[in-house]
Amino acid sequence: MATPSTTAPSAGPLAGSRSFLARIRTGDEIARLLTFLFAASVVLITVVLVFELWQQSSLAWHKFGFDFFVTRVWDPVTEEFGALPFIYGTVVTTAVALLLAVPLGLGAAIFLAELAPQKISDTLQFFIDLLAAVPSVIYGLLGIFIIVPIIRKVVEPALKESLGFLPFFQGPAYGLGFLTAGAVLAVMVIPYIVSVSREILLAVPREQREAALALGATRWESTWKVVVPFARSGIVGSIFLAMARALGETMAVTMVIGNAPVIKASLFSIGDSIASVIANQFTEATSDLYTHSLIALGLVLFILTFIINGLARLLIIATAQKGSGTGNA
Amino acid sequence: MTARLRWRKFVSGLMLTLTGLCALITVGVLFCILAYLVVHGGSSVNWNFFTRLPAPVGEAGGGMANAIAGSAKLLALATLMGVPVGFLGGVYLAEFSGSKMAFVVRYAADLLNGVPSIVIGIFAYTLMVLPFKHFSTFAGSFALGLMMIPITLRSTEEFLRGVPRSLREGAMALGASKWRTIQSVVVPAAYRGIVTAILLAVARVAGETAPLLFTAFGNRFWSPGWGQPTASLPVVIFTYAVSPYEDWHRQAWAAGLVLLGLILAVNIVARVVLARGVRVPRS
Amino acid sequence: MHASTRPALSLNITTTGTGAASRETVSPSPLRMSISEVNFFYGAKQTLFHVSMGIAANRVTALIGPSGCGKSTLLRTLNRMHETVRGARLEGEILLDGQNILSQDVTSLRRRVGMVFQRPNPFPKSIFENVAYGARINGIKGPVAEVVEKSLRRAALWDEVKDHLHKSAYELSGGQQQRLCIARALAVDPEVLLLDEPCSALDPISTAKIEELLIELKDFCTIVTVTHNMQQAARVSDFTAFLLVGELIEFSPTPHLFTTPGDPRTEAYITGRFG
Repeated sequence: MATPSTTAPSAGPLAGSRSFLARIRTGDEIARLLTFLFAASVVLITVVLVFELWQQSSLAWHKFGFDFFVTRVWDPVTEEFGALPFIYGTVVTTAVALLLAVPLGLGAAIFLAELAPQKISDTLQFFIDLLAAVPSVIYGLLGIFIIVPIIRKVVEPALKESLGFLPFFQGPAYGLGFLTAGAVLAVMVIPYIVSVSREILLAVPREQREAALALGATRWESTWKVVVPFARSGIVGSIFLAMARALGETMAVTMVIGNAPVIKASLFSIGDSIASVIANQFTEATSDLYTHSLIALGLVLFILTFIINGLARLLIIATAQKGSGTGNA
Repeated sequence: MTARLRWRKFVSGLMLTLTGLCALITVGVLFCILAYLVVHGGSSVNWNFFTRLPAPVGEAGGGMANAIAGSAKLLALATLMGVPVGFLGGVYLAEFSGSKMAFVVRYAADLLNGVPSIVIGIFAYTLMVLPFKHFSTFAGSFALGLMMIPITLRSTEEFLRGVPRSLREGAMALGASKWRTIQSVVVPAAYRGIVTAILLAVARVAGETAPLLFTAFGNRFWSPGWGQPTASLPVVIFTYAVSPYEDWHRQAWAAGLVLLGLILAVNIVARVVLARGVRVPRS
Repeated sequence: MHASTRPALSLNITTTGTGAASRETVSPSPLRMSISEVNFFYGAKQTLFHVSMGIAANRVTALIGPSGCGKSTLLRTLNRMHETVRGARLEGEILLDGQNILSQDVTSLRRRVGMVFQRPNPFPKSIFENVAYGARINGIKGPVAEVVEKSLRRAALWDEVKDHLHKSAYELSGGQQQRLCIARALAVDPEVLLLDEPCSALDPISTAKIEELLIELKDFCTIVTVTHNMQQAARVSDFTAFLLVGELIEFSPTPHLFTTPGDPRTEAYITGRFG
């Protein structure tokens, strides 16, 4: 019998010269088939997921078509459903979250990757990884009982006084609403920005930093003018990843956003996001159309996060390739 | 030193401080969260909490025994459903597959990983609740299990690939078949990393609420078997927190403390103890 | 036994008369830098032992020796780049124009002592911006475009890139990128330029161009170069230092070292008996 060929473990399965029966007898073929089935099931699950989302929202698409995206009304009684308030809420809360999280997260990442000594960097990163493990519902819990009162009593009045001429900071201060939801989301999303950006910055080739320092640059100049621009696409990618997470966040948002299909410029206003309206109303949906409309919202959310995650991944890969392919003779 | 150089050095020092502050604030949040949970919920974590069922609405003195049991059941079944798929799929990717299939499977896994948990909940609802017309523990576990698959798959693949070729060739040179080699040499060499990843995956889904809202739903009593709706810690925290009852708020804090405490404990153990010498995957 | 050349204010090796045909007459060269009793430690391990030598102003000094002898380590102490590595420790004195660089501000030191690395490492910017970078951050006098042109001319790259200044530096060939890195270093007008095996990643033609360049650059600054290529050292440098296992074995004018080396170990190395 021919000896088994020692091909690389991940090479194609038919490289050996053993007979089919020999492979079956030793269990290799069965093993391959079995593991293949499980791997394929992952693909199957994903396909079925998209299919089901589509199928189970079909009533809504048939009735409303593309109007679904531009209708402001969401009325279970008259069975008129439009996604616009929730798209608006999702966009606004995500924007607020990123506005707050990006400077803080990027600053922390720069500190951890470039300026801090290794031990401190690793220790802080450990805690930040733990922070990323805190469940959404716990953020929501703290949101309702701690953040909302602070925002209602301190932050919103202060903003109203100083920036009240802007439409964003007008209206009664409930404490619940877009601003609070955005703030809570920001806290949830910062760990992702920090972790990914830090890794990307650490991967910038040493020689870039050294070249800058050798020209007499200060630590900060070397970091801000050479290392960070080098890693620019990857950092943008990390922001996109954070955006995708923020879009899909459900519990913390639904607990502090106020839950009303409202479109208002003011950040103090209550509102709703796609994820939070699904969470709130799904089990109360009284008709098929109602349920289908909610699932249609889910499909929209799925597509949004799919696109943004895809973009994020492309950007991060682009930076990784840059790091390994520069300065070749 | 010229004035300009002095300024540049000042800016450099200033930015060091500012960015350091950003890092400290970020880490500080973690400790704030723990502090608030301990302060508000610590006193309520008592024997009643762990052993009593919820009291009728408005009455004090209830506990969360059913939610704790429910979460445990959900996680156990979810692990049984999700880990084998992820693990064996990972074995396939690392040991048997060609590059085309590998790309497709990895892409599908990454896609699944990126799906918001509420959408996973919808999917589990359409498959496991609609046809049977009622909520169940099984459906909840299905949703959570789905979420565990991508993490398990990617980690298994990564750690198996990390096993040096010399180990494999040593076994094969002794006449071991491919499967034998994998089973007796490769997997044992990688098991620490894989177990770490699985633990982290369990910790992650333990806190998930959204996918359970319309699969396992909720239950004020015990949930026998797997076919009935069941209470779970995260969902109870949510329900109690948004309710108007003070007593329920108090219990929500306690439950939050217990839940987060368990999740952090698993994370710390997995990352520190088990992952010694092993690079921990990012979820 | 190691040879330690005591630092002097100048390197004064002359021969009187015209008798010795194989010796060159070298007039006293003032020193730009002097290294005195330098010991270098990486953690607990010592990698440089009692190194003392002078770097002559406006001359090319080459550091040669087998792999691991410490020549790159020594080079990197001259602009304190060793401080970017944790666990590195330096003892001894290094003077630049008579002042100890170890007690000066490191940022301004690095402006005066520039460095070109083994593999070309241009920034991901345009050719123009690469050269301008150092000038911009240091607030160099004069319009930036002039400084860029001057530096590119000195690096013998101007004619090749003058019409493409805004293209990415990565579009240049390896040899061009290295000359770009030289131009970038020259743009801050350094007194000393350190080059760490600048040609080891390049093809022979680019190597020849850069060797020519080094000789021309002498007029503008002092050059110290590490090379593992002895013929290059012989072609290009005025003074050569031979290091072995962290010790300075011999240091003398290049023709002297290569034709009549004083130490048997030097002779063994340059005749290729090891290396």
